[in-house]
Amino acid sequence: MKVRAQIGMVLNLDKCIGCHTCSVTCKNVWTSRQGVEYAWFNNVETKPGVGYPNDWENQARWKGGWARKPSGKIEPKQGGKWRTLANIFSNPNMPSIDDYYEPFTFDYEHLHKSPEAKTMPTAQPVSVITGKKMKKVISGPNWEEILGGEFEKRSKDKNFDHVQKDIYGQFENTFMMYLPRLCEHCLNPACVAACPSGAIYKREEDGIVLIDQDKCRGWRMCVSACPYKKIYYNWESGKSEKCTFCYPRIEAGEPTVCSETCVGRIRYLGVLLYDADRIEEAAATKDEENLYQAQLDIFLDPFDPEVIKAAKAEGIPDSWLEAAKISPVYKMAIDWKIAFPLHPEYRTMPMVWYVPPLSPIQNAATSGDVGMNGIIPDVKSLRIPLKYLANLLTAGEERPVRIALERMLAMRAFMRGRHVDGVELEDLLTRTGLNRAKVEEMYRYLAIANYEDRFVIPTSHKEYAEEAFDMRSDCGFSFGNGCSGGDNKVNLFASPKRKNLFGGTHA
Amino acid sequence: MMDHYYTFFFGVYPYICLSVLAIGTLIRYDREPYTWKASSSLLLADKGLRIGNVMFHIGVLFIFGGHLVGLLTPHWVYAPFITAEQKQLVAITAGGIAGIIGFIGLTLLVFRRLLVARIRQTSSFSDIAILLILWVQITLGLLTIPFSLGHHDATLMLNLCDWAQGIFTFRPGASDFIVGVEWPFQLHIILGLTIFLLFPFTRLVHMLSAPVQYVFRPYQIVRSRMARRS
Repeated sequence: MKVRAQIGMVLNLDKCIGCHTCSVTCKNVWTSRQGVEYAWFNNVETKPGVGYPNDWENQARWKGGWARKPSGKIEPKQGGKWRTLANIFSNPNMPSIDDYYEPFTFDYEHLHKSPEAKTMPTAQPVSVITGKKMKKVISGPNWEEILGGEFEKRSKDKNFDHVQKDIYGQFENTFMMYLPRLCEHCLNPACVAACPSGAIYKREEDGIVLIDQDKCRGWRMCVSACPYKKIYYNWESGKSEKCTFCYPRIEAGEPTVCSETCVGRIRYLGVLLYDADRIEEAAATKDEENLYQAQLDIFLDPFDPEVIKAAKAEGIPDSWLEAAKISPVYKMAIDWKIAFPLHPEYRTMPMVWYVPPLSPIQNAATSGDVGMNGIIPDVKSLRIPLKYLANLLTAGEERPVRIALERMLAMRAFMRGRHVDGVELEDLLTRTGLNRAKVEEMYRYLAIANYEDRFVIPTSHKEYAEEAFDMRSDCGFSFGNGCSGGDNKVNLFASPKRKNLFGGTHA
Repeated sequence: MMDHYYTFFFGVYPYICLSVLAIGTLIRYDREPYTWKASSSLLLADKGLRIGNVMFHIGVLFIFGGHLVGLLTPHWVYAPFITAEQKQLVAITAGGIAGIIGFIGLTLLVFRRLLVARIRQTSSFSDIAILLILWVQITLGLLTIPFSLGHHDATLMLNLCDWAQGIFTFRPGASDFIVGVEWPFQLHIILGLTIFLLFPFTRLVHMLSAPVQYVFRPYQIVRSRMARRS
């Protein structure tokens, strides 16, 4: 047993209102630079839809994630090491900018300068890449917002596999949900495995996956290897970039920007302990439907004295072990089993978890012949098809998602009974594997969602590893040559100097 | 006057270029690692890149290896196996084929870089300049083939080898071997040396980062902060 700790995230989709505050604050902090205008380390998709970049969940097309070979070993779906090197001059699986969108701004100046005319002047879109006017914006980062576009296109969504999808194109039966996405900081990251330079790495202390910008040579294999398409190639710097999990904030014990600013308070951050020796075996589980369970099995109980002993032997600080005991992520993902990894079938063992959303009961159900399960409605009668959620979260295995939804419904019914009707519906709890203490805690975490409960982040204890004194007056996050911003206009080594159309200049 | 020309371009210039190549590359690697990259533009326009880039790289890598081995292997190493005439024939045939592959690829890349708006707009001066220089260089290289075919006795090839080996072994008067060599060879050599000179300042440095070690490492990389301290 090799105990490692990671800061994981849970997103409670039941409460996501699709406001995109997470995306915007993230963008303002991390990707408001030239070269990454199109990059959204965090984005929110409306489901069902093909998502961003186009059709990202279709791994038959993009070859992201891992594939299990007949021998029982796994290798990146885009190919092993030799295959990867053979593709180095031209990566056939790499999306082009048009699979994302051509980043654009508008010619606002025209509104000021236009001469008097019979019609109102308009601001034409201008490509941020070429600086030239665009005829028409044909795609954007959130092109399917609130079911935008025709069902014909949106229904190419891979999560419709094995779902009779045609009826969901009808107005009466339509459904939608939001899916905020960021880097999953996987336990078995395919991007790391595919990087020819060895520039991408997972941090042992907190599990954050980062790209060493000084070691990245821009071979682009990570872009295609990541099944979530959460690595972006910076066309200006020639390096790949990705979500950093706001590591400078996490190190200081603060939540990521997307979590901190979440209006719906749907995000949770906490420590998970896992057995690093069993990652490969779990990721190579034969049947895809068992991958969710296999991933659950490698997490360790933070209350188990054996685990604590082994964790201390690995040098995990006491504050982390204490935080693991009150980790909201542990409670939701492992204890209550209401949060699930996104697409476990990619075999990357993602560490951003999702609580599936409840949805209104279908018309047919309300009109009398309601499928009821005691006093709570049968989850089969929820508007979002169970199979759809299962395809998203458990590789198609419906049972765990059904249990989670039942638990959430039971919690609602129980608390409603208590607060509105003044009754304690105990039998409801026993039937869904809950008890009074558990349901009260669930209510506290899911409904009240206090800041201290949502974010349990121990500081990084840098002082154990580095001489803090040497780091005084150091520069913070920077690109390139230490603290030097490279201010001279002429640069011998051709680092980027062009004007940033988004405002400001690139350092 | 011609003496000075030969002495400078084939006796002194090589040392200037190789020194700048070595020192400049080291400084850049040490001081500006963030600028060390392949500078791929695949994201912005994949059409035209795929076939062009693959052909160019395969062709040019083969040619580069061929020049290195062909010019710097002393005559006595291969003499027991093949004659100089046979070696010249191999060089002309293999180099010619690789040269044509590289030439076609490079021509496609030149067109793409100049004509595709997204690529043109995002190219730096050095991106375009080095591409054109390489195109001229590969064209000059192909132009030498008819001249080589005129020298069946391989004396020309041996002279060029002696010159290159003379430079690397610091022999005075190495430039004398070039005297009388036809103009395409001379231009090809001067431009080749110039590419060495420009190397540290262009995207060409990425060739030194060919990811050979990838094959030997495990898939997963975990970095520990603790390891840095000890």
